Amino acid sequence: MNKPFKTTAFASFLALSAAFSPAFAANTAINVGMVLEPPGLDPTSGAAAAIDEVVYANIFQGLTRFDENGAVLPDLAKSWDISEDGLTYTFHLQTGVKFHDGTDFDAEDVKFSLDRARADDSTNAQKALFADIASVDVVDPATVKITLSKPNGSLLFNLAWGDAAMVAPESAADDATKPVGTGPFKFDEWAKGDHVTMSKFDGYWGTPAKLDKVTFKFISDPTAAFAAVMAGDVDAFPLYPAPETLSQFEADPRFQVIVGSTEGETILAMNNGKAPLNDIRVREAIAHAINRQEIIDGAMFGYGTPIGTHFAPHNPAYVDLTGLSNYDPEKSKELLKEAGLADGLTLSLKLPPPSYARRGGEIVAAQLAKVGITANIENVEWAQWLEGPFKNRDYDLTIVSHTEPMDIGIYGRDDYYFDYHSDEFKKIMADLNNTTDPAKRTELLQAAQKRIAEDFVNVYLFELAKTGVANAKVKGLWKNQPTQANDMSAVYWED
Amino acid sequence: MLVYFLKRLTSVVLSLIMASIVVFVALEIVPGDPAAYMMGLNADLSAIEALREQMGLNASAIVRYMSWVAGMLHGDFGISYTYKVPVSELIADRLWVSLPLALFALVLSTLIAFPAGIIAAANRNKPADFGIMGVTQLGIAIPNFWFAMLLVFFFAITLRWFSAGGFPGWSAGFFIAMKSLLLPAVALALPQASILARVMRSSLLDTLSEDYVRTARAKGLTRQQTLWRHAVRNALIPVVTIIGLQFSFLLAGAIIIENVFYLPGLGRLVFQGITQRDLITVKSVVMLLVFAVIAITFLVDLAYAVVDPRLRRQSR
Repeated sequence: MNKPFKTTAFASFLALSAAFSPAFAANTAINVGMVLEPPGLDPTSGAAAAIDEVVYANIFQGLTRFDENGAVLPDLAKSWDISEDGLTYTFHLQTGVKFHDGTDFDAEDVKFSLDRARADDSTNAQKALFADIASVDVVDPATVKITLSKPNGSLLFNLAWGDAAMVAPESAADDATKPVGTGPFKFDEWAKGDHVTMSKFDGYWGTPAKLDKVTFKFISDPTAAFAAVMAGDVDAFPLYPAPETLSQFEADPRFQVIVGSTEGETILAMNNGKAPLNDIRVREAIAHAINRQEIIDGAMFGYGTPIGTHFAPHNPAYVDLTGLSNYDPEKSKELLKEAGLADGLTLSLKLPPPSYARRGGEIVAAQLAKVGITANIENVEWAQWLEGPFKNRDYDLTIVSHTEPMDIGIYGRDDYYFDYHSDEFKKIMADLNNTTDPAKRTELLQAAQKRIAEDFVNVYLFELAKTGVANAKVKGLWKNQPTQANDMSAVYWED
Repeated sequence: MLVYFLKRLTSVVLSLIMASIVVFVALEIVPGDPAAYMMGLNADLSAIEALREQMGLNASAIVRYMSWVAGMLHGDFGISYTYKVPVSELIADRLWVSLPLALFALVLSTLIAFPAGIIAAANRNKPADFGIMGVTQLGIAIPNFWFAMLLVFFFAITLRWFSAGGFPGWSAGFFIAMKSLLLPAVALALPQASILARVMRSSLLDTLSEDYVRTARAKGLTRQQTLWRHAVRNALIPVVTIIGLQFSFLLAGAIIIENVFYLPGLGRLVFQGITQRDLITVKSVVMLLVFAVIAITFLVDLAYAVVDPRLRRQSR
């Protein structure tokens, strides 16, 4: 036996690794990192965001779609007519559309898809989107008529969701494991726990994709995500989980940091039905005690946009109402005195696991302490949060990000955990559903935003930022996150 | 030999029954209803109730325990709540990563530890011994996930010889798959090799001071010859025990390394199952790991009889 065993081992190890050095990736393939693996690949059954992050606009398409700013555009329907009473929508479909298995897409498939989604035994997670549809009728292979039971100004928006994707009767049952859609990419392989691959679909009806191959890799650990991007294993990580390392990528010319907005309104929710929070003066006092920028800087590494109401700032209908609840501790103390709470008060603050809540909660508690409010922090798991604050309204304050797009309607729900009841707000929502005129709708949406801001239902903290990292040569990625999606159809490598 | 075998087998069965009860009870106590978790924020109560019924969560605990055990006995581990596929399929997929990784790490660890331990023992209190002992001390002290990160930083980020993680699958080719397991296996093997080398050394030193070794030396064998012919084989018993323990640890305990290298192994399956309240998957995988650990211990016990002729002769 001789001594230099370790040296020999090391040398052979080096030789071995040199032999397998990775070849440089061709410029028509891309690896995209994602934190969570989807439980299945059928966007029409299952609520997990990760499903749409893989398949939306890549494999599956709907009658309408969202663009990167959240606007609704025609997709498989090239145009539509709406009847005077707002009850009948006639969609004119794209022609020459093929599913990835070679079958034709026509009006029968639209009827099948929508009837399947709204059926009694449907497992569609967003069944409510289709609640107002009374019937779907095939006029001819390229025309479909949707009749509503009552006017719904959000129909075109609802049809753009991944949950409203068009599927084929022949393949729908297997979509969870072998998705077959009409999109620019067709599904290749799913190595569970590791990656999903898809390749360019040659029979695509629209502008062909610029990439030949897309691989979604699932990396849940933030440190591993950092290493994967740094090592070039992943070319883009659109929802990058380690914001504390973003400055390193910003300083490195090989990478680009993409900061956009999401639909995540992060709020300090208040139990409006429980004393002393049922007093609007107390809620307003809390609002004025909060310094939003301090929370964004301290908890979110500076990424996030202050909001003054429950609405996404990148939406054209957004009104900036942050001034209404500006940081003013003196006013806050004044209001507490008026409400008879000059000696201060004690409230519970329940924090679910995400870092915006846990880190943000510490800062919120410190800010509230300055105006004489003691917030008792209690960390809870998601399962506990659903049971306590959400279901049983067992809380005073909690921090949550509401990530569904256009979800201001939750303020009209009597059973929701805010315990907020406003007939005025409900009327605005009812009018909104009966209105299809865009200018009128904007007006109503703005009235709704003002109503909840003036009632100080919750403290509106900030819109979650979408912070992504990508190789500097990757172009065409979405900047914002108007829905859960990684649309790869326009992505390409710059030479 | 037969009595020895039967005694061991009884203790294996008892351990398995105890473990299944502990696993079942522990997951009964965990808060959070899997059905409510799956249905999300806006589900109505009747839908959750229907799902509970469908998943068989409404039966009494004893009935559910019995049907779980009965299912496992003929290889039916149930259907995963989240993936909606049989748990046995998920386990089989993951096993193709975890098992080769554990074996790879074990082989590396043994290949490093045996020579290192023998060299250290043969050169007791000489520079080679101090050197090897120093390195192994370091190998035990460094947490393996941190060592893993160093490997990633050096070989993946700086040199770019390896991927920072992931597993391309065996279909990508044997060498490509093995290459993706190399860094994780090295990270897992280093601390194990360090422990094993130290055990090898001290065990060898113990045997070297035995009377029969002195006799062998007295009858004229050289130091080297005594070491190889008499000492090494007799020093193997504690080493085999440690190897057995290490293999179970490598199989079940690679969870952190699997996270660092985002490998789709069993550890990550359990981890994912716990966060998503996929309790049926967690229950079955944990039970499988328990079975693996017990089975390996059993095999190690049998291996004693093979390595140690005295034990074999006694029991005959």
